[in-house]
Amino acid sequence: METTIERTFDKCEELIADLEFTAVRQWKAEHPGARAIAYFPVYAPAEIIYACGMLPVGLTGAGDQLDIQHADARFGSFICSIVKTTMELGLTGRLDPFDGFLFSSICDSARNLCFVLKRSLPGRYIDFLHLPHNSATPATADFLTSEYRRLIASLIQLNGGGFSEDRLRESIALYNQNRALLRQLSRLRAEQPHLLRASELYLLLRAGNLLPVETHTELLRQVLAGLPARSAKPRDSLRVMVEGAFCEQPPRELIRLMEEAGCYIVDDDFVLGRRWFSDDVPTDGDPVAALAESYVSRAVYSSVRHDPARPRTAGLVEKVRRAQAGAVIFLIAKFCEPAYFDYVLFKRELEGLGIPHLLLEFEEKTFTFDRVRTEVETFVESLMFV
Amino acid sequence: MTAKHEYRGQIHQRQKQLMLDWYERLEQSAATGRPPAVSLMISGNCVELLQAFDAVPIYPEINALQLAIRHQSLEPILAAEDLGYAADNCAYVKADIGAYLKGLTPTGSRLPQPALVLCNFVGCNTYLKWFEHVAAFTGARLYTVDVPFLREDEPTAADVQYVVRQLKELVPVLESISGCRFDLERFREAVRCSARVEELWSRIKHLARRSPSPFDAYFDAITLMGPLYVYRASQEGVEFFEVALRELQEKVANGEGVYDQEKFRVVMEGPPPYPYFRTFRDMFAQWKACAVASTYSTVGGLWEFGFRHDPDKPFESVAMHMLAQNVTNRNYLQRYEQIKRY
Ligand code: SF4
Ligand code: SF4
Repeated sequence: METTIERTFDKCEELIADLEFTAVRQWKAEHPGARAIAYFPVYAPAEIIYACGMLPVGLTGAGDQLDIQHADARFGSFICSIVKTTMELGLTGRLDPFDGFLFSSICDSARNLCFVLKRSLPGRYIDFLHLPHNSATPATADFLTSEYRRLIASLIQLNGGGFSEDRLRESIALYNQNRALLRQLSRLRAEQPHLLRASELYLLLRAGNLLPVETHTELLRQVLAGLPARSAKPRDSLRVMVEGAFCEQPPRELIRLMEEAGCYIVDDDFVLGRRWFSDDVPTDGDPVAALAESYVSRAVYSSVRHDPARPRTAGLVEKVRRAQAGAVIFLIAKFCEPAYFDYVLFKRELEGLGIPHLLLEFEEKTFTFDRVRTEVETFVESLMFV
Repeated sequence: MTAKHEYRGQIHQRQKQLMLDWYERLEQSAATGRPPAVSLMISGNCVELLQAFDAVPIYPEINALQLAIRHQSLEPILAAEDLGYAADNCAYVKADIGAYLKGLTPTGSRLPQPALVLCNFVGCNTYLKWFEHVAAFTGARLYTVDVPFLREDEPTAADVQYVVRQLKELVPVLESISGCRFDLERFREAVRCSARVEELWSRIKHLARRSPSPFDAYFDAITLMGPLYVYRASQEGVEFFEVALRELQEKVANGEGVYDQEKFRVVMEGPPPYPYFRTFRDMFAQWKACAVASTYSTVGGLWEFGFRHDPDKPFESVAMHMLAQNVTNRNYLQRYEQIKRY
């Protein structure tokens, strides 16, 4: 019999498969006059959007359900799927429920997508946030605070008001709660990976991109409460950490396949933007500055954030150790420059420490499941049965 | 057949000499540690600040393209791919890193270890990765000047302030690697030289409006870009561009062009295919197609539209240059406008 938890997962799966953004349309119907703002991954200060009375929605491409008919004419062939499918969603009217779009300085493809989309959707509010790449100076938090204030001013203009610092504090508190639950779930997953599989946590994370934060928090609470009663049994699996899928999201099938091939995915970077901070953003003092300051000093490491003071190689190793993973699987979106560049230094670091790794590539439309299965099985066997 | 039209006047000779001198300084730095060498990107950089400390820039991009022109990049690229670089990663990075690890240099002379890896991040995110990797492989100190992308028409006041603060933070870093104290007057002097070179360069660029154009604003501009980037902030740069302008003005006065009869006047977008540079150029020459403008020649700076460094506001104008006055840090819509303007 299907349990409540499984029903929740099914609902999440439906939600993320819906390219018409019905949930967003519904929210707008229930909140007449309110706006929805879509942000491109990896990270966006959703707290700010929410504090303006708007619904922040994280974009995640189109999975394997959309044929590219228009976007190919606007980009070279060497561009990742999410950039193309986002463009295609825009050109086919599926992004119409959104009143605005936010992009940021994560990579060259995303940066250019912002302005190509601007040209294709004239009149729509499309903004580009410069998320800083030098966290080693006190100037950075000040700059980002101004950048966030610029965003707030634009959103106020779009909305005709609605923002206050108190509302931002409340919004930060709501997102803190949400992230704390996600951290709790992640921890539990690392400790008892048979109770909550990565392919399930993935659904919860993806759903978080689409739901209002309180609704999502409630959903996480229910799942957390229901987990101990699950009747799953531990099995002999290799504890691995997955790295590299922080922006474009792999097909869920691929994650399941890795699990079936004998992996416990004890940590990963799926939908990383929803778990951007390693602890709570302060809710006292200037909330805009608190968010900016948190970006500089509380953010998790990511291939799209550059902080010379805290190398990402160190972040990776620390994460492997924390999760007690025996190996790393790099799961990288085809043509994802930030991930592929980082792979070079990550690989060097892991090899130096004798931590085994495997490199896999995916696209939103992946056709090579069988090959991947064989690769993962061989990898697992080579490490588990020696 | 009238292929291979390049003027071989003084400009060509002097350009060669200046670039040789630069490689010699780099070799000297490799041998003695003096002058200190600083890795830097071409686009939207702060070479003026290096000049104030008499540091010599190493441009990994120039290494990469020189290797490509000389058909020497395949070996280092393959070596880099062995390290894990992907087939689709920017080949400049792979050529540069591979060459470093294999001890290859374009001219065969030694290149120094950088005393500082200074990433002027303007637009292209590959810069960030590239310089992190240079720092990781050489063990040198990394400083990233994070330059906000030009997301609106003009930089915001906060953008300018942010870049200025980072440039000022760089001052003690440069003091420590060079052993020299910062001298504001020397910095102003470097900025003054840049302003002068920018003026001369702009006047040269505007000569391409003449028909026939006295130089090719793509292929010949690339020849001139070497001195422009290495020597912009120095007296040598000023002298070079004075001579260059004079020579090209004379050509205009004599009615001489790249081709006696231009058949096509074209605007070029994007960098040339360096491994086939010669063939590519010959192809245009066969058609007597003369470039009269190119976006590639504005990667370093957009001075032809009027911007100049300002010795009265050295930090602010260097920041403005990095933020708004190079094609790399400008958004797609602005780059599109630039082509329309040509
Ligand atoms: S998947 Fe990688 S390359 Fe594509 S938009 Fe995201 S970060 Fe950029
Ligand atoms: S601008 Fe292009 S060629 Fe230059 S570093 Fe960036 S990706 Fe490479």
